[in-house]
Amino acid sequence: MQPALRLVRTGRDGNRPLLPGPAPRPAAVPAPGGSPHRDRAGRVLSVEGLSLAFGGTVAFAEIDLAVGAGEIHAVIGPNGAGKSSLINAITGLYAPQAGRVRIGAESFARVPAGRLAALGVARTFQNLALFTGLSVRDNVLAGLAAARRAGLGAQILGLPSARREARAHRDAAEAVIGRLGLGAVADRPAGSLPYGLQKRVELGRALVARPRLLLLDEPMAGMTATEKAEMTGFIRAARETSGAAIVLIEHDIGVVMRLSDRVTVLDHGRRIATGTPAEVQADPAVIAAYLGLADGDADGDAAADADTGAAAA
Amino acid sequence: MDALPRAAPRPHLPAGALGLGALLVLAYGIVPLTGTSYLFEALLTPFLALALAGLGLNLLTGYAGLLSLGSAAFMAVGAYAAFNLSLRLPGLPLPASLLLAGFVAALAGLAAGLPALRLRGFYLAVSTLAVQFFVAWALNRIGWISDDSPSGVITAPRLVVAGLSFDDPRGRYLVSLTVVTLLTLVAWRLVSSPTGRNLVAIRDNETAARLVGVKVARTKLLAFAASSFVIGIAGALWAFAYLRTVEPAGFNLDRSFQILFIVIIGGLGTLRGAFLGAGFIVVLPLLLARLGAALLGDGFDSGTLEMVQRIVLGALIVALLIREPAGLAALLDRAGRRLGRRAA
Repeated sequence: MQPALRLVRTGRDGNRPLLPGPAPRPAAVPAPGGSPHRDRAGRVLSVEGLSLAFGGTVAFAEIDLAVGAGEIHAVIGPNGAGKSSLINAITGLYAPQAGRVRIGAESFARVPAGRLAALGVARTFQNLALFTGLSVRDNVLAGLAAARRAGLGAQILGLPSARREARAHRDAAEAVIGRLGLGAVADRPAGSLPYGLQKRVELGRALVARPRLLLLDEPMAGMTATEKAEMTGFIRAARETSGAAIVLIEHDIGVVMRLSDRVTVLDHGRRIATGTPAEVQADPAVIAAYLGLADGDADGDAAADADTGAAAA
Repeated sequence: MDALPRAAPRPHLPAGALGLGALLVLAYGIVPLTGTSYLFEALLTPFLALALAGLGLNLLTGYAGLLSLGSAAFMAVGAYAAFNLSLRLPGLPLPASLLLAGFVAALAGLAAGLPALRLRGFYLAVSTLAVQFFVAWALNRIGWISDDSPSGVITAPRLVVAGLSFDDPRGRYLVSLTVVTLLTLVAWRLVSSPTGRNLVAIRDNETAARLVGVKVARTKLLAFAASSFVIGIAGALWAFAYLRTVEPAGFNLDRSFQILFIVIIGGLGTLRGAFLGAGFIVVLPLLLARLGAALLGDGFDSGTLEMVQRIVLGALIVALLIREPAGLAALLDRAGRRLGRRAA
């Protein structure tokens, strides 16, 4: 029974250290052709002409996106612009109708969700997706599920190999728990924590496997200013300690401008701009989408959002 | 003790280990010396078999979140497998035939678990119901399984381990106790292992579990196999140690519901829950019978008892689920914490 239950290490992953040692990857330095986890241009993720529709409703169309190692790339846009759908398509939860997603050296029409962790990708969800019945520590440990090699028999019998692995995983989880300041609640069931802490636990679960690509879907939604500042620090630290490429969906434009290296703007499922925060801020199409200044699209969603409260009152 | 709710399955506390040790001393040392035949036959042996079945179902329903109404079918598979193994391989020692019967039940569980790869919740429960009916049908139709006994009722073999006879009430209790202790130990190791964590991960959020690299299909099948293994051995104990006969009627849908109630009343997702729930289910009818006889005298016959029992059980389940959905185990935890706080 044991060999059948063993998780198979993929060939491409063979050179990846099982455990976070001291800085396994150089941060923010593209290594052309050096690693199988990046393509020749040093990109960790490239999305090429990706389109997704649900029935007749277009979620997004012909999206291109390229994210390099160590880059924090924000995806912004009004509500309903297709940002979360894009992340869900990149992580294989939705099947796009056209285009390809390239993760490291592999290219997919539909990304296999079950292999995502082995490909070095981790994500968080807009609406929390924690294992609410497990403790905070076990939630973080669950982030290492793909790195587990010990078979079930070895785990139950407590063989040295399984014990060694369990100890190493526990150490890795403790390190992340400490970094995120979750030590005091490590034994609490994740579902019993306040919202802001749950968001942090989810980040921990994603970080513990030291992903090469981290997708964060509104990690600061509904947070106080203090919590946002903390979370910003954690995200920046994640990039610095592991050199991960980060795709970030966020509504707080201030946070986006401070945190990201590059920004892609979506509106009504189309990519309307990509560039540095300064470039994007100055882009007329972006200003139009957000403020509803230009031509036919007189009330962009963001403006409409701001208006609904007043209209309802 | 602190007041924060603590997440369950962790190998923790010397206090817990001490309590468990005391329980084992009681069960192995004191009860066998002082117990009466009535205690062994009417209470402890059925309690142990039902608790074991509840433990098995809890692995599937409590930990992995997969609802099953086919527990009695897996008990039947285990019981009939053990019977056939001891009948057709006369040299096979009892522990080996119990173990093999568990594996046969695990195979049946694997087959029954296949729909779980596509179905969830209510729909999955209905598909396990099909297993329940199929097994009952097979036992009635295929004579070979019950050694061509015309009534389908067969006598269980004598309990002999390593030349020692355990074929008296105390012996049957000790055999059951040992099997239950060993399997509880294995189940505890399972649920506190990374694989056990994966079971809960699938229950709490299947999508997130898949994305962090849990092999969802494999883990679900494992849950079915492990659960059926335990339930199968519980079925063998039920037949060999408690009833001492094996018949299809003992493993009908009522039994499946009984096991499910044990798990719900005791507490989903805790190992203790199965024991608390089984204790409750076994003791309740006896208490009611005493109470009824005291209140109503001769008017309280066995038919009335059964009706009252059903009504009371149903009402208690509803009350319990409203007041404490996490079952007796949580109730007990809370009482323990309150005591601890008072002592502190």
